Amino acid sequence: MTDQAFSDTLPRAGAGQSRALRIGLRWTLYAVLILFALFYLMPLFVMVTTSLKSLEEIRTGSLVALPRAVTFDAWAKAWSGACTGIQCEGVRPYFWNSVVLAVPAVAISTFIGAVNGYIIAHWQFRGANLFFALLLFGCFIPFQVVLLPMARLLGILGLAGTIQGLIMVHVIYGLGFTTLFFRNYYVTIPQELVRAAKIDGAGFFRIFWSIFLPLSLPIIVVTVIWQFTQIWNDFLFGVSFSQAGSQPITVALNNIVNSTTGVKEYNVDMAAAIIAALPTLLVYIIAGKYFIRGLTAGSVKG
Amino acid sequence: MAPILEIRNVTKNFGTTEILKGINVAIEPGEFLVLVGPSGCGKSTLLNCIAGLEETSGGEILIGGRDMTHVSPKDRNIAMVFQSYALYPTMSVAKNITFGMKVRGVDPATQERKLKEVAAQLQIEHLLNRRPAQLSGGQRQRVAMGRALVRDPALFLFDEPLSNLDAKLRVEMRSEIKKLHARLGTSMVYVTHDQIEAMTLASKIVVMKGGVIQQIGTPSEIYNRPANVFVADFMGSPAMNLIPAKARANGGETRLEIARAGEPPLVLDHAAPAGLPEDVILGLRPEDIAEAGFRSGQQVQTVDCRIDMVEPAGADTFVVSEMGGKQVTARLHAETRARAGEHLPLSFDLGKASFFDPASGDRLN
Ligand SMILES: Nc1ncnc2c1ncn2[C@@H]1O[C@H](COP(=O)(O)OP(=O)(O)O)[C@@H](O)[C@H]1O
Ligand SMILES: [Mg+2]
Repeated sequence: MTDQAFSDTLPRAGAGQSRALRIGLRWTLYAVLILFALFYLMPLFVMVTTSLKSLEEIRTGSLVALPRAVTFDAWAKAWSGACTGIQCEGVRPYFWNSVVLAVPAVAISTFIGAVNGYIIAHWQFRGANLFFALLLFGCFIPFQVVLLPMARLLGILGLAGTIQGLIMVHVIYGLGFTTLFFRNYYVTIPQELVRAAKIDGAGFFRIFWSIFLPLSLPIIVVTVIWQFTQIWNDFLFGVSFSQAGSQPITVALNNIVNSTTGVKEYNVDMAAAIIAALPTLLVYIIAGKYFIRGLTAGSVKG
Repeated sequence: MAPILEIRNVTKNFGTTEILKGINVAIEPGEFLVLVGPSGCGKSTLLNCIAGLEETSGGEILIGGRDMTHVSPKDRNIAMVFQSYALYPTMSVAKNITFGMKVRGVDPATQERKLKEVAAQLQIEHLLNRRPAQLSGGQRQRVAMGRALVRDPALFLFDEPLSNLDAKLRVEMRSEIKKLHARLGTSMVYVTHDQIEAMTLASKIVVMKGGVIQQIGTPSEIYNRPANVFVADFMGSPAMNLIPAKARANGGETRLEIARAGEPPLVLDHAAPAGLPEDVILGLRPEDIAEAGFRSGQQVQTVDCRIDMVEPAGADTFVVSEMGGKQVTARLHAETRARAGEHLPLSFDLGKASFFDPASGDRLN
């Protein structure tokens, strides 16, 4: 498809000449794309190879060389032995903290965003537009601004330093985007569908459940990917609102990399970083196809 | 019998814009009421008010004798077919049709029986497992009708149900709806902007413009005795000729004079009571102007006219002649001898004439 579109836009010179020109341009295009891909993949390549080398080899070898002897020691240490400050349990407990944090936070913020979007798109109430505008505004507040008030609020609620507290923070700051996603998707669903359902006797939740949710898979995928990436990768809220037992993996990673005791174990740092990045990578690989589709999809035809 | 639907003084505003300005209509059981008017005149809004999908701003709506003004749509005992069909995209045809029954808790056996009945009636049995996206426009239309039919309502509401179909299918579905109405005998309110649909389907027509009812009547009343120039112009194709004329008392008769460019004025004697003002608009349907010799009657007057244009249309030939500054159309038979630029005697059937006041546009006779 894209090849077709590309060659169609090329200038049409004389027949034979244009064919040569087209092939030449095609190969130039591929070369440029491959170059870019290599450029983007370089850091990952360095990370992976370094994580598979021994410290000895890192010290003596070149940064971009392949490992002479592949070893998974660094991975094992990163997972369960690396020191984050005084403890030396690796990233494992923090990884699970992140899972316990991200899964409910993503689920809750996605669900509430869907309901919000449904209401704003199809149950116009007085002040709906203002409400939506304020929600959008919420998307663009720099997080640093809210750190202190939020810390205070968590303290009042007795959630300071807990994973529940972090979940709440992520749900609240995710709502702007999740609502926006669902609202924009749901406004493409014709009003008459809601009207027909009302005549059929369906109420607010019945219409949402039986008609809107079944149409929502593409936008749910988009929202889940977006939210999961945001929440899993978050460092600022994690470092601000957690304490020893509740820290997410990003904070642990920082602590490992910045721990000052002993020699710098680049291979362990790299392995820990890859472990921290793996879940978001997986989500993209599994659902990425839907992500692109969902971003561009209109919902209903007829 | 009590009217099945009574609309009393209903108004509707969106913000500060008045969309419906005091609507009064009643329909008897079994009637087929068509609301017709140009786009944006408030037909859908009125239908939505009847359905309960829009709150009225004033007035009352009675269905089956009960005040339903503030009752929710599901309790009004109505069913509605929408312009876009509004089929639930993720449900099969069968689920689309039974969704309402499921929501209302009808037992599965009854659901199944009614689904079968309706599917047979509409000849969509072979489509029951398909999704709406896998159907053609006409099939979707049938499914939408099926969804309304299983409801067994006191009143059917249709909002331009045929306007998304191509011309041929539209004519087909139009006669199916008419047959359906004859078979069921249920009252229907049908919205359209297409005056031919209105004429062919209705037992009663309501012509609307700008949120105001212009006329209520049977198709023949609306066609033959339009209440004002708007109705005269809107209903009928080609439209009624509206010709500015001077009326003068002439004995017991009225003499009409119509100016013509480059010709002596056209003079017609109308054997009707005097009492017309001096300035009038004479309304004559194209078929009431015939080639001399093809129309007889007490009030037929024949005059020479210059033909400006000849438009053969198969069964008829339309000719245009300039009168009173207007392009006046006459419907002649296909084998007419009319030639553009030549003169032809035309017979005007004044027995069918309508007269309107040029200032207000209202009917005078
Ligand atoms: N929800 C609404 N808010 C504001 N104006 C509306 C709304 N719905 C309809 N209107 C306006 O009311 C008028 C009548 O609309 P409608 O009843 O749909 O006309 P019709 O069905 O006769 O074409 C139009 O001018 C339309 O713009
Ligand atoms: Mg409409």
